[in-house]
Amino acid sequence: MDITEVPVSQDITGKKKKKNKKPKKKSVNQEGNGEGSGVLKTEQKMEKSEPAGAAAGAAFPPTFSVSEIKNKQRRHLMFMKLKQEKRKQKMQLKKKKKKEREALGDKAPPKEVPKTIENQRVYDETTVDPEDEEVAFDEGTDEFSAYFNGLTNPKVLITTSDRPRGRTVRFCEQLATVIPNAHVYYRRGLALKRVVPQCISRNFTYLLVINEDRKVPNGMVLCHLPDGPTAHFKVSSVKLRKEMKRRGKDPTEHSPEVILNNFTTRLGHSIGRLFAALFPQDPQFVGRQVATFHNQRDFIFFRFHRYIFKNEKKVGIQELGPRFTLKLRSLQKGTFDSKYGEYEWVLKRHDMDSCRRKFQL
Amino acid sequence: MQHDDVIWDIIGNKQFCSFKVKTKSQNFCRNEYNITGLCNRSSCPLANSQYATIREEKGQCFLYMKVIERAAFPAKMWEKVKLSKNYEKALEQIDESLIYWPRFIRHKCKQRFTKITQYLIRMRKLVLKRQRKLVPLSRKVEKREKRKEEKALIAAQLDNAIEKELLERLKQGTYGDIYNFPIHAFDRALEQQDEESESDEEEEEEEEEEEDDEDVGRREFVVDEEVEESDLSDFEDMNKLKTSSDEEEQDEEDEESSEEEEEEEMEVETQTKASKSKGKSPANGSVARKKRAYVEIEYEQEAEPTTKSRAT
Repeated sequence: MDITEVPVSQDITGKKKKKNKKPKKKSVNQEGNGEGSGVLKTEQKMEKSEPAGAAAGAAFPPTFSVSEIKNKQRRHLMFMKLKQEKRKQKMQLKKKKKKEREALGDKAPPKEVPKTIENQRVYDETTVDPEDEEVAFDEGTDEFSAYFNGLTNPKVLITTSDRPRGRTVRFCEQLATVIPNAHVYYRRGLALKRVVPQCISRNFTYLLVINEDRKVPNGMVLCHLPDGPTAHFKVSSVKLRKEMKRRGKDPTEHSPEVILNNFTTRLGHSIGRLFAALFPQDPQFVGRQVATFHNQRDFIFFRFHRYIFKNEKKVGIQELGPRFTLKLRSLQKGTFDSKYGEYEWVLKRHDMDSCRRKFQL
Repeated sequence: MQHDDVIWDIIGNKQFCSFKVKTKSQNFCRNEYNITGLCNRSSCPLANSQYATIREEKGQCFLYMKVIERAAFPAKMWEKVKLSKNYEKALEQIDESLIYWPRFIRHKCKQRFTKITQYLIRMRKLVLKRQRKLVPLSRKVEKREKRKEEKALIAAQLDNAIEKELLERLKQGTYGDIYNFPIHAFDRALEQQDEESESDEEEEEEEEEEEDDEDVGRREFVVDEEVEESDLSDFEDMNKLKTSSDEEEQDEEDEESSEEEEEEEMEVETQTKASKSKGKSPANGSVARKKRAYVEIEYEQEAEPTTKSRAT
């Protein structure tokens, strides 16, 4: 009775695909050995507990899953086997598909593009169209128009928070070599609100404050001076020049070129202009240096390279200079004023970090 | 009765005093009414029935006095006098209240009062300076961000992006005349070569005569070929040039299609050479050199398929 009943129930309750092979085999076995049913059952039970030996002959009751084996080692072994089988099936499927594709030749359906986060990005309505007139008009009249029309030359003041430690000081010095016409000043407990008018009076165009926490730079305030926007970034992964492998010699005094990648939205555009205005308008190509601000998933990676063209299909780049990553935390309209300033954009963790595919820059 | 000596005898040296804090070098007294903070016979507020202290509350200083007459009324034991905010006036007040009191207590009171005013002044100054705001970081969030950053870095492929951008800028001509790559001529030549080599594969089998005619037109190449055929044995090292890989396949196809006598193979050789010559239209020295390489490889490739065919 048991023998005949079990196969039927197996067919009905063939829920788990992975068990389809084994129940069928079991039914074959049982129908073959109709007499030794009791023996078979015990054998099956033994087989269940000896996964190493039981290859094709393994038979399990239908509602069995790997997680029910109490013995950890054996459970692990069974799981590994399961995984191997799945992998095998996957490879076979792949091979089949590849053969089909080759057989069809030109008529094969186009290759499927894998889904990446960049592909799946939620469309941001503030994405800038290159020919958008409104944006062009805005950019013609905003705070950077003076710079982009060639009227002003950038002059950058780099400073830190109170009592900077060695790493931050060295970072500031290296930044000063990377950005032409930059001056480093030691902050002696001055309030930023007092520093700003002094800078303006001395014709600085940018104020860059590196904030330090636990002997490591972790924040940056970039303030465009006459009355420009103030951006507050979180700085991470700072690598100084001596920590870089295969780096070149020190950067020279030539003004570098600037590459801004992936600043697509309106906010990204304004941040991009903020960075672009740090460097002088006309780069000196003789120097062959390039500073890159690359935005990827709201992280801005800064790199400084020296390039050389081997032929017109190949270029070699060698990293000089410090590298760091920035993440925008807030953008404020006027100069630095944390209490009464008008914030254009603030990072709200709860709202903005909830969706994996939504990015701001 | 207040027996100060007895009290001190007990709590000071022999037995336990709950306000006493013992350290290696000194004993401190934690009693809030203690004037010096040390555990001494003269500073202990429990062991002195006549005692005075200065204490500060929310920026206001008070003089506390204890006299033996009130020892029986613990609730009213300490007399509290508010001191003026003016430093000198306050000192006078202390002197006035503690007149006829032991020198030690008067002196210590004034000292304590001075100290207290000094630290109150410092506190007021600090408030005016910039305050450091402490922002709590959530460990989970920071970890998440770090991981996201790593993934973004991998996805960014920075080196490739930078190289691409630089090459584009070169193409667009932002660098002007600094770099002297003859871009357009070279590209055109490459394109031509690609087109012609493709067309030649189709035409070779059918139109051999035409190719011969074209060979006649291009004397330079023909001459080179003859020279090379004689000198082929010398150039065994040139096999390693990569550019020949495409032509090798073409050669094999051609040779399989035609009959496999050596003479005809030689003809095919010349024809394929001719086709190659067609492909390389600009007659540069480099092109001739490349052709030389092709030629040798063709020759050597010849040997292999013939042996194969004979075997089969």
